[in-house]
Amino acid sequence: MTIDAIFPLGWQHYLAGGLLIGAGVSLLFVTTGLIGGMSTVFSSTLSYFSRHRFFHQPRFIGSRLWRLVFAAGLIAGAALWLLLSGRAPVITQVSWWQLAVGGFIAGFGARLSNGCTSGHGICGMASLQLPSMLAVVIFLATGIATAHIVRLLGGA
Amino acid sequence: MKPRSLLAVLLSGVLFGAGLALSTMTQPEVVLSFLRFTDFGLLLVLGGAVTLTLIVYRAAPAMMKSPLFESAFSTHPSVLNRRTLGGAALFGIGWGISGVCPGPAIAGLGAGNWPLLVAVAAMFAGAWVQGRFFGE
Repeated sequence: MTIDAIFPLGWQHYLAGGLLIGAGVSLLFVTTGLIGGMSTVFSSTLSYFSRHRFFHQPRFIGSRLWRLVFAAGLIAGAALWLLLSGRAPVITQVSWWQLAVGGFIAGFGARLSNGCTSGHGICGMASLQLPSMLAVVIFLATGIATAHIVRLLGGA
Repeated sequence: MKPRSLLAVLLSGVLFGAGLALSTMTQPEVVLSFLRFTDFGLLLVLGGAVTLTLIVYRAAPAMMKSPLFESAFSTHPSVLNRRTLGGAALFGIGWGISGVCPGPAIAGLGAGNWPLLVAVAAMFAGAWVQGRFFGE
């Protein structure tokens, strides 16, 4: 198997992007000591809109500002890259129902699991936590199975 | 939180978002092509991010008494129970349907991939249902 067969679009941008993501998570930790997964921002931001007591736990109220600023940074960083690279934005062709249904299930599951690809995948694995490693193995397995089934059913 | 800490959070997010855009994780098609074994790039993204973070998570507390702007390094222990594992299984199903997870969905808005607004709104809805009806 050649390297082109594994990475048909090249490999450098994947590794460089991964290191840049790691640099962001690392800078957050070195400057503030915070552990930066992304999915908690959904629950913590809901505390601004919902009066339900679940969203008003100290872990959400106490972190909702920085999590929102972190998310704003993600948007700004991606926009900055788009600007500097001079490329046209790539608009996804994945159907809106896949984005809606998949997004809902992923949002629900990530919050139930208290972590997603960044929380368990990057922060949890980088701190060698067994539950996070198991979570990663499980979501890779169900993700791979689901993506294959969706293709068989004619999805994007 | 101190203003300089918030500025550091913003800058950290900028690096994170630029990395997601550079690695094309903001394109669900690329994530789906990994889950369908036609392009293994996602493993390099995850591997690169985890390796660097693993080093810094160990080195920083060993070399510094405290973070630069705050008083202590936090830990975020994940718990081994049915919620963590069952939630991960569900998360993977949603990820496999859409090719989208929280970081790339949010960063995708900045990369001009505007249909991901649907995914972000759906994630808010999923998080709301989780907290409102299944929260602990």
